[in-house]
Amino acid sequence: MITLGHMLTLSAVLFALSVAGIFINRRNVLLLLMCIELLLLSANFNFVAFSRYLGLVDGQVFVFFILTVAAAESAIGLAILVVLFRERRTINVEDLNTLRG
Amino acid sequence: MLVTILFYAFATILVAAGVGVITSRNPVHAALSLVLCFLTSAVLWMLIEAEFLAIVLVLVYVGAVMVLFLFVVMMLDIHVEELKAGFTRYAWLGWLVTGLVIAEIVGVVIQRRLGLDVTRGAAPLPPGYSNATELGTALFTRYAYAIELAAVLLLVAIIAAISLTLRRRRGLKLQDIPAQVAVRAEDRVRLVKMPSEPKP
Repeated sequence: MITLGHMLTLSAVLFALSVAGIFINRRNVLLLLMCIELLLLSANFNFVAFSRYLGLVDGQVFVFFILTVAAAESAIGLAILVVLFRERRTINVEDLNTLRG
Repeated sequence: MLVTILFYAFATILVAAGVGVITSRNPVHAALSLVLCFLTSAVLWMLIEAEFLAIVLVLVYVGAVMVLFLFVVMMLDIHVEELKAGFTRYAWLGWLVTGLVIAEIVGVVIQRRLGLDVTRGAAPLPPGYSNATELGTALFTRYAYAIELAAVLLLVAIIAAISLTLRRRRGLKLQDIPAQVAVRAEDRVRLVKMPSEPKP
């Protein structure tokens, strides 16, 4: 039997892995985008688990909207990445210092 | 019992694929590991009886978003070694944050119990229950306005992505369609009346 604790722990592990991935791959924009996708997936795990264990369908509706926003985000992010690579020939975060941030 | 074994098996695959995403040196391998992550997540959601979202995850993520990722990975000519140069320098910080976040979340869940019993399984669903019907009813009644906003958001994303990557190249020989359509016969052909010459 899968308990709520099982799902929450799994989602915590997944969330922590993706946060670590953002630290480890902080030069490659492409891998940063993938880590963000993984992070959103772990958040969705929490929504699905609570929706199922509290018997409310609203949590799953929220997952639907999170999927929509994540798809839009990755589409625009990848478009920006392609334009960036065309202009600068690099996707290394450390080379992107035009704004002197 | 069988469900628990399946849960542990797929959870192990999911965590292993997650480690693969964040540590692989080749972006193609990372993208394929992410595909495996989404597939195992879909199986886990099916195990806790959220079937519709599991299928949506496979269709939208594996079918669309990850194909987009793979397409971009293969289109860009990336030098992997250069990007991975600082890999070990910040790895300890990454693993430290990982341990801290896991300990915090699990500690909160186990200590505070979130006001509900986390060691309990979900209540069994009534016979004839349809996850898709329930979700659709909620989506198109209580959340009808929100789903229209989501549709507008997707439209904005389409327009933004196309207008960002649209490129006009210089020096390209193109047809000017409106000019071609607007041409009239009298602008192009001039009929000249000439007297016929007598036969020599």
